[in-house]
Amino acid sequence: MTGAAVLTVVIVLVPLVAIFGYVVYRGVGAINWAFLTQTPKPVGEAGGGMANAIVGSALILGIASLVGVPFGIGAGIYLAEFGRNRLGSVIRFTSDVLSGVPSIVIGIVAWSILVRGRGFSALAGGLALAIMMVPTITRTTEEMLLLVPQALREAAYGLGVSRWRTTLSIVLRTATSGVITGVMLAFARIAGETAPLLFTALGNTFWNLRYNQPTAALPLQIYVYANSPYDDWHRQAWAGSLVLIVLIVTAVAAVRYAVRRGSFGTA
Amino acid sequence: MPGPQPVAAAKVSANAVQSKPLLQTAGGEGADRVFKSAITACGLAVLGVLVLIVYELVSSSRLTWHAFGFKFFAGTDWNPVSEQFGALPFIFGTLVSSLLALVIAVPLSVGVAVFTTEMCPKAMRGPLSFFVELLAAIPSVIYGLWAIFVLVPILSGYVQPFLAKTLGWTGLFEGPPYGIGMLAAGVVLAIMIIPIISSISREVLMVVPQHQREGVLALGATRWEMIRVGVLRNARAGIVGGIILGLGRALGETIAVTMVIGNRPEIAKSLFAPGYTMASVLANEFSEATGDVYLSALVEIGLALFLVTIIVNALAQLLVWTVTRGQPARGNV
Repeated sequence: MTGAAVLTVVIVLVPLVAIFGYVVYRGVGAINWAFLTQTPKPVGEAGGGMANAIVGSALILGIASLVGVPFGIGAGIYLAEFGRNRLGSVIRFTSDVLSGVPSIVIGIVAWSILVRGRGFSALAGGLALAIMMVPTITRTTEEMLLLVPQALREAAYGLGVSRWRTTLSIVLRTATSGVITGVMLAFARIAGETAPLLFTALGNTFWNLRYNQPTAALPLQIYVYANSPYDDWHRQAWAGSLVLIVLIVTAVAAVRYAVRRGSFGTA
Repeated sequence: MPGPQPVAAAKVSANAVQSKPLLQTAGGEGADRVFKSAITACGLAVLGVLVLIVYELVSSSRLTWHAFGFKFFAGTDWNPVSEQFGALPFIFGTLVSSLLALVIAVPLSVGVAVFTTEMCPKAMRGPLSFFVELLAAIPSVIYGLWAIFVLVPILSGYVQPFLAKTLGWTGLFEGPPYGIGMLAAGVVLAIMIIPIISSISREVLMVVPQHQREGVLALGATRWEMIRVGVLRNARAGIVGGIILGLGRALGETIAVTMVIGNRPEIAKSLFAPGYTMASVLANEFSEATGDVYLSALVEIGLALFLVTIIVNALAQLLVWTVTRGQPARGNV
């Protein structure tokens, strides 16, 4: 039976190695300076790149983090410090429910609130992704704050420190690296999301840096290019995938590093 | 935890010495009240977002609900031009592709979890779970891209002809082996949910008390009997919870499935045939939907998908919770 268990591990690791290996193999062959610095060429013309999509992704992820991180941490603090009551349980349950909502459904809701009548925008895409970040950050923040020993809070109160100051500069500060772990996990989760951007950010073949205009994003561009019939676009889809995977694996590895350093101690 | 505590305390006291106005905060009640309101507002915002999602889905799908009622979910005809909307082919596609994924993923995930907790040398445990969790970090669009160019050719060239020859008599593996279709969607979904199921199973197996294992071994059981009787039986509810959490993820998965399932709204017995899921019809048709009824029909599919995943996830959380007693399940790590 040990053999059977080893076999399952091998079967699971094969696609993992195959996907990573293939993305690196095709991506390294396809990536070049033009890919990183140019915008897409018109259909049928070879060359061009995804520079605008890389920048667009940064814009959208920036908006998402700007909104999602403070709200997620705030809600986590509420659950840990004030959430030992019925409202706390309701919010805790809501947050778990929210993390299970399919991303495409969040895309529809974001469309119906932010896009209908106003037009596609980076802001709508960023807010849709922010909603997806919040539950992960909230739950990790709560868990990490609860790990901070009660004695620390009492010591602070004993010195006459006010509650908000205790929470922010002592409890939150002690749990910093754990909270950062949650933020990075949430970031890794949304960085590759395509579905919520389909009807919010929409995509764009030109440069755009304005928050209220349709904006290109790396996952969207990969999706469009993968479904196209052109070899050159397939090549660029692989290059885009490599850039995206490097981004995400870096984030995950940073998380592992932070976790290994322990949940305590300031990062 | 006794180890790190003194360090943290030392840091805090250093902190306390540095910041001057610590003892002058007697008038800090006002600031405290502001802080508490701001923090409570963040918490309430989480609740507000969920309420907003439900409200928007319900109000934007009202049109179809009035026009078709429950028949919407039983109809098989999806024809936007003549404004005939029946969602059954999509529900069928979502269910079949997800169940197929479970059939493939469950034995593999449980096997990996058992291996990492019970058999594998300590030094390998960390890297192995790291690699399996990396699978969860790959974006679904990259799974889709890989599936189109690598998995689908393998399926159509080798796997499907083999299945047709050996199991063709069941009727599940008939028709031309295009590669693209329900089978491809099921396999991709399986690869995507293995990390979730195996990481939760691992967590659950790790909380099974050590004396359970020792007790069974002391009775003369072999290692395999110990795992089956002492470990798996104790962790059953939690593993089922992990499986259902994986199901929830499979039901809502959009992009990778859309890229390989073939996107044809029909109900076919053969797994080689193309299909369509609730999530992928939204991805494909939502931005091109013309007309209020069409749009509202799509939103209603979104609402149905939302409700199903909520129920599935709540059930899973409950099951995992009964085993780990309050330590939250990390499905999305």
